[in-house]
Amino acid sequence: MMRECWLGIDVGSISTKGVIIDENNKIIATSYLWTEGNPMEAVKKVINNLEQKLLEKNSVVVGVGVTGSARKLIGSMVGANMIRNEITAHAIGTLSLFPNVKTILEIGGQDSKIIILEDGVVVDYAMNTLCAAGTGSFLSSQAKRLGVRVEDFGDIALKSDNPARIAARCTVFAESDLVHKTQAGYKKAEIIAGLCDSVVNNYLNNVARGKKIIPPIVFQGGVSKNKGVIRSFEKILNEKVHVDELGHLMGALGIAILSRKTQLKEPFSFNITNEKFETKGHECSNCPNRCEIVGIYKNKELIDVWGNRCEKGVNS
Amino acid sequence: MDKKIITFPQLANYHIPIEFLLTNLVECDVLKSPPITQKTIELGSKHSPEFVCMPFKYNLGNFIESLDLGTNVLLQAGGGCRYGYYAEVQKQILKDLGYKFEFYSITETDKIAIISVYKTLKSLNPKLKFFKYLYYLIITFKMIHYMDKIDIYIRKNIGFEVIPDSFDKLLLEMLDDFKNTTGLFHLNKLYRIYLSRFKKLEINKPNKNLKIGVIGELYTLMEPFSNYDLEKMLAKMNVEVSRYTNVTYLIITKRFNNKKMLKICNKYCKYPIGADGMDNIASAISLALEGYDGLIHIKPFGCTPEIGAMHILNKVSEDYKIPIIYFTFDNQTSIEGIKTRLEAFYDMIKMRRSK
Repeated sequence: MMRECWLGIDVGSISTKGVIIDENNKIIATSYLWTEGNPMEAVKKVINNLEQKLLEKNSVVVGVGVTGSARKLIGSMVGANMIRNEITAHAIGTLSLFPNVKTILEIGGQDSKIIILEDGVVVDYAMNTLCAAGTGSFLSSQAKRLGVRVEDFGDIALKSDNPARIAARCTVFAESDLVHKTQAGYKKAEIIAGLCDSVVNNYLNNVARGKKIIPPIVFQGGVSKNKGVIRSFEKILNEKVHVDELGHLMGALGIAILSRKTQLKEPFSFNITNEKFETKGHECSNCPNRCEIVGIYKNKELIDVWGNRCEKGVNS
Repeated sequence: MDKKIITFPQLANYHIPIEFLLTNLVECDVLKSPPITQKTIELGSKHSPEFVCMPFKYNLGNFIESLDLGTNVLLQAGGGCRYGYYAEVQKQILKDLGYKFEFYSITETDKIAIISVYKTLKSLNPKLKFFKYLYYLIITFKMIHYMDKIDIYIRKNIGFEVIPDSFDKLLLEMLDDFKNTTGLFHLNKLYRIYLSRFKKLEINKPNKNLKIGVIGELYTLMEPFSNYDLEKMLAKMNVEVSRYTNVTYLIITKRFNNKKMLKICNKYCKYPIGADGMDNIASAISLALEGYDGLIHIKPFGCTPEIGAMHILNKVSEDYKIPIIYFTFDNQTSIEGIKTRLEAFYDMIKMRRSK
């Protein structure tokens, strides 16, 4: 008898994550790749990758869930039975591993959010609205400026006990502070530790403003891989911050669980990676709204359209 | 000057009663400004001060599009915040752009003074008799009141309609008939007919559906284009929606409700905080007490009274254990971001409910 399992895909701005879970929400395969500006290719690679890991496991995928900023596009592409926002997905995924969690801090490539839970239920959340200040992309661009690999950031930051003070409000100011500090002779480790503090302060001032951060606290998203940022969080919040090894996969795990809960079962074909998918965008010219309409084609056949404010645009 | 053609800024469907009032009282053509589109807001933003609130940009865009179609008499209203300066500033901007027009500002102060409106209309039609004016004014108010009542029913039920678009279609039919109202009795009759037709529309409403209240700044609340059809998005999620703010409320109910509102929110604010800030705090408390699952607060970027209200609303949210989500709209807001947050909000209140 083939074992039933579910696929969850989280397509973020920077990375694409995929997990396969069994009927007990246990993860049986994972994949994590860079999106590199091409979500459809990235998803194909993730699916290929998972297929290989699944080969010997005698399993069949019966449901797919998609979350993340490209969820709509990828959802139509893979024929998902569950397409949901990343906030819900993260909460569900985290709860399955940390049933008592009260606060989820998440810093990803271009967005950051905070989720507050009470008795296993989301009661409040916030997401960055203004800009990508204090997110992963800020750290990676500063890493480039300093000539350091962003993966080494955490270890370098831990070498310094004397973080340089760097403005936390806005990346433009942070960057000029950073230039100033380097020219003033601060050591690289001090500056990098300062950057970690600045990301945390920025997050607490903007995203988490007015929210009560109560332990247990779980920290996730790509930036949670950075030990320097973890240390800054613990120092500033004065609380233990849990980081799970699977922290970056929580969205994918959550959406896989949600897909399992729909009860809609349909065998998923891994052949999808051989199909040809294309998107075509155009500006509708039927009225001055000029909606940007995007259609997705599977082997030249239209399977979904979006972006239109009214019905006129669909057929144009 | 050539024949006078009069126009006024758009706000949801309220152009119908206003057009009705003007056609019956004023001796010139009435041309409603073209429907709001992306072009309207682009034109408006281009010629507006950058940090002015968004409704100003929409109104200005309406005026420019109408002037390009040949209108030459503009009507603008005013209110208790920056709205009070719209008329003056827009008049100057349009003059600087080289347009030729007459400009009338209907409300010179916060209160809609029946006499000053009469005087304004009289200058457009010297033969206008006061009693005729009063009669049509009453019909217009009545029409607005009926539209608002129907709207309240629609908001509560459209999320559960069985036949897609049945509510919207019937509403369009009703508005078409309202346009051709012949008098007070006719209008009353139309209202009764349509109300019973609306009540006959098939709905599939569960016993304990989710309920969301929308509060905030009046223009972004009432003009669906400016809030990306927020109420429609909520309807698609099968949610019952409530909002206190409508024109009936703003020009009539608000006047008599001030003391009551202050009493409701006296723990949080002791005096009105400008425009509808205090009203929204009181509405939030009332909705929380009525057992609503969540509130959505919306405002245009830079709306001072509502920014003041937001901090108090945070406290209300804590004290009454009701989640509130805040949206700020400007001419460049990605609809995907709004959809994501709205969907998460919906998931959250649903989870809270099942707790």
